Amino acid sequence: MELLNEILQTVLSGISIGCVYGLVALGFVLIFKATEVINFAQGELLMLGAFISYSLIGLLHFPYWAALAVTVIVMGLLGTLLERTVLRSLVGEPVYAIVIVTIGLSYFLRSMVSMIPGWGTDTYGFQTPFAEKFIRTGKLVISWEYLAIILITTALIFLLFSFFRYTRVGTAMRATSQNQLAAVYMGISVTRVFSLTWTIAAALGGIGGILLSPITFVHMNMGFIGLKAFPAAVLGGFGSLPGAIVGGLIIGITESLAGFYLPEGWKDIAAWIILIGVLIIRPQGLFGIQEKKKV
Amino acid sequence: MPLLKVRNIETYYGPIMAIKGVSFDVEQGAIVTILGANGAGKTTILKTISGVMDPEKGSIEFMGQPIEGLPPDRIVRLGISQVPEGREVFHDLTVKENLMMGAYPRKDRDGIKKDLQMVYGYFPILGERTAQLAGDMSGGQQQMVVIARALMARPKLMLLDEPSLGLSPLLVKEIYAIIKRINTEQKTTILLVEQNAPMALSTASHGFVLELGRIVMDDSCDALLANEDVKEFYLGIKEEGVRGERRWKRKKKWR
Repeated sequence: MELLNEILQTVLSGISIGCVYGLVALGFVLIFKATEVINFAQGELLMLGAFISYSLIGLLHFPYWAALAVTVIVMGLLGTLLERTVLRSLVGEPVYAIVIVTIGLSYFLRSMVSMIPGWGTDTYGFQTPFAEKFIRTGKLVISWEYLAIILITTALIFLLFSFFRYTRVGTAMRATSQNQLAAVYMGISVTRVFSLTWTIAAALGGIGGILLSPITFVHMNMGFIGLKAFPAAVLGGFGSLPGAIVGGLIIGITESLAGFYLPEGWKDIAAWIILIGVLIIRPQGLFGIQEKKKV
Repeated sequence: MPLLKVRNIETYYGPIMAIKGVSFDVEQGAIVTILGANGAGKTTILKTISGVMDPEKGSIEFMGQPIEGLPPDRIVRLGISQVPEGREVFHDLTVKENLMMGAYPRKDRDGIKKDLQMVYGYFPILGERTAQLAGDMSGGQQQMVVIARALMARPKLMLLDEPSLGLSPLLVKEIYAIIKRINTEQKTTILLVEQNAPMALSTASHGFVLELGRIVMDDSCDALLANEDVKEFYLGIKEEGVRGERRWKRKKKWR
């Protein structure tokens, strides 16, 4: 019983961190599906979201939910701005060039954060309404901090799913990722779709940031979470939105278990070991499909 | 006033001049066809009209308004829809979602609903398979999806790029019968690009022959059907020589 509780507890914290990996992985996949570019600055967008929410809650004393909303909006706008200023001018350039630019962007964002007064290279924290609150069932103790991450992520996934499934613009975004030329012939503005994709991906990063902050605290190198979210996206099949979330969860749970039961150091490589294992057995990833060719 | 007025357009693929100064008119309500061999520049003309490619020189007027150089999504909103060759469906979208994407620029919900029924009237099979993924359909059905999808935009001018490509003769006949019906019933003007000359010439009223980026013939389809060169080079009707052999060295008269 004792052991079962312990495992449950570990898995639960793994799920919640996995949700954050999943959100960052979603950002990777969304941008990749629409523009065929891998945005290596996705982790830094999360870091920026965390710093913005820290400023709002810690310095300006916003209530948590208001801060969440403002962070999402600010990050969304920032995503749009990044697309307009940096990425739009690169449309049509070779993909590797654009990928390098996103790597540059990640360095740029990190250094920028270190230079902004009040942010810098220190580690910060802020109060959330979930801190120090627990649900007890028998011997199982569930922290609201973790539960909140899971619930908010679930709501977010539901929202995204409905958007892509049932709205006109969401369907147009799916259409564009499947056949860009045909989308152009439909009167869909591909530039607007790209811009919207970056907006959504950056907003997701922002939410990831505010969710992750209570667990890892706010610091300049939070963006390295991308190194965990990237295998999550690949695991899920890079190109599948549900795959990104499932990949995130798998990596979160494994990592959590490895951190608890295996010697120091295994935690950080667990994600990559699983990734290599899965790719050997199923090279297209869990939810990946082989590119359908027209007959 | 013609619906579409193309004047002296020149379009390049990099350094290669694909369209070398083409001019023609498309009259309101007509079916006009452009014939030509592979690489003659037929598709390039359509792409230039729909704005996917920009002409280096020349002008394109649609309903009296210059449209050359406009982004493609603006041109669609003006009422020009292109049906690209090779059945470019959205393979992971259902048939209905595909059709709704055709109506993407439109805001009139009731009109869209009505047109959906109209389209199902032309292509009953699509009405039966609304929830099927377009990628899982047969080639002929996919061709129906792309034509129906373009129709959902309620275009004034429909640019059709080789609707017969890769379809069985029976299916080609069926598709052309529907194209003709769309033209007469919906008053949609149609600019048709085709390699299947017999089919195109029997459907359209006016035709152009395009060779290496230039229009070499411009006549009514009846006249084109009777023309010796068109007969030999596009319809494949061989002429017997005096000695009962084919004249292999016959030259085209427009050269």
